[in-house]
Amino acid sequence: MVDTPETSQVMSAADIDRALTRIAHEIVESQRGTTGLIILGIPRRGVPLAKRLGEKLISIDPGFDAAAHVGALDITMYRDDLRTAAARTPEPTQLPSAGIDGATVVLVDDVLFSGRTIRAALDALSDYGRPQAVRLAVLVDRGHRELPIRADHVGKNIPTSRSERVSVKISGIDEVPAAEETVVIIR
Amino acid sequence: MRHLLSTAELAYDDALRILDTAEEMAAVTSREVKKLPTLRGRTVVNLFYEDSTRTRVSFEAAAKRLSADVVNFSAKGSSVSKGESLKDTVQTLDAMGADAIVIRHSAAGSAAQLAASDWSEAAVVNAGDGTHEHPTQALLDALTLRRDWAAAHGQDSPRGTDLAGMKVLIVGDILHSRVARSNLWLLRTLGAEVHFAAPATLLPQGVEQWPATGHYSLDDALAAAPDAVMLLRVQAERMGGAFFPTAAEYTRRWGLTDERLSVVEKLTLGETGKPAVILHPGPMNRGVEISAAAADSPQTRITEQVANGVAVRMAVLHLLLSQSHQEESHS
Repeated sequence: MVDTPETSQVMSAADIDRALTRIAHEIVESQRGTTGLIILGIPRRGVPLAKRLGEKLISIDPGFDAAAHVGALDITMYRDDLRTAAARTPEPTQLPSAGIDGATVVLVDDVLFSGRTIRAALDALSDYGRPQAVRLAVLVDRGHRELPIRADHVGKNIPTSRSERVSVKISGIDEVPAAEETVVIIR
Repeated sequence: MRHLLSTAELAYDDALRILDTAEEMAAVTSREVKKLPTLRGRTVVNLFYEDSTRTRVSFEAAAKRLSADVVNFSAKGSSVSKGESLKDTVQTLDAMGADAIVIRHSAAGSAAQLAASDWSEAAVVNAGDGTHEHPTQALLDALTLRRDWAAAHGQDSPRGTDLAGMKVLIVGDILHSRVARSNLWLLRTLGAEVHFAAPATLLPQGVEQWPATGHYSLDDALAAAPDAVMLLRVQAERMGGAFFPTAAEYTRRWGLTDERLSVVEKLTLGETGKPAVILHPGPMNRGVEISAAAADSPQTRITEQVANGVAVRMAVLHLLLSQSHQEESHS
């Protein structure tokens, strides 16, 4: 991708893939395996990222049952800006049929910014059960937190100014082929 | 969308948005904590000038599942029986801080009048105005139909789908039925074909100008192979004149009897081979418009309709109340 004065690429498709592979290894290392592990993507872009993390986990530990332990957690109804932002249509939530009680839940999202989405996700999660631990994996941490929240696994830390925008293009959500997935900063 | 007053003026995109949101709301009902914090601190007033248990309870359950505070106001035993006007009642409720007013009234257009007035800033939801419209009933019927229609056509999820190609037969008192009117407009918006079957005395004047096919015999209407049969309640309380001779006569000619049920059992959802469905808005008069066997048939979706009613009303309250503040702050 050619850099223009307005946008600059910070991650290519290969960078994204390598970051997910590393995060998968980090999760297995910190968890000492994949027992009791549940991966939940936050719609929309967290969902395909969670699926891919699930595939990476299988290649590390073939015993990991991704079909049963990778899902989605919609947070639309838990947002704190419902009064000021336009209403959004909720996306499906898919949790393991056995529930999340006692499990280690890894929340997956594309960009960590203010931390408000994660705050909402923690609230949503507590309405479904009581996990033993909750971890957070993000593809990009761009800083500017407004809440005391941090990620356990970060694909890439990207220093930004508040006025910049971080745009993530992921196949399955955005209309890009897998080879052209990208993270760019728009000034 | 600022208010929900009718399905006639509900755009296709807004209708799908409500139905898609309602699908996710329905999932809340099956979880351990059946409550969302979405409308915490907001007040929903149920303003009912007509008797209704089902609709009021359904709206109340919907509002409570979204953590809103609910105030129920029924005309009976209230200041309305002392002669208070709608305007004064609404201004009183507004002063108490109502964010949404769910209104049922015997006068057609009452919800629209309330929405157009400056009596209140609240979002208005029409829960039935005279013989005009009952939009949330039509939306819950569409949600019910769409789930069967999408599943029969091999869709994993009904999200984003409509009712294109579906043929829906509505049977009974079309003349007095706001449910039939709201369903007609919404079903047309979603791409379905609408058939009416009713005695000539119970079809409104000018019905031939409506975008629907009329039948003067239920057997002829069933021969046209509908995908869904929606029975309307025989509304005894609306019957002033001689619309039909006796209840037995109505059942013989217009009721879903055991003999007609055997015809409906052979109907399918389009070409899919999946059985057609039977709907009824409730409350049922068993043995009048629907036989006991038909009411308990596996093709019947009546309990699903009740559950979907709560989900649709949650979706409507969420969409109206999450947006209203934004629109107010822009003005």
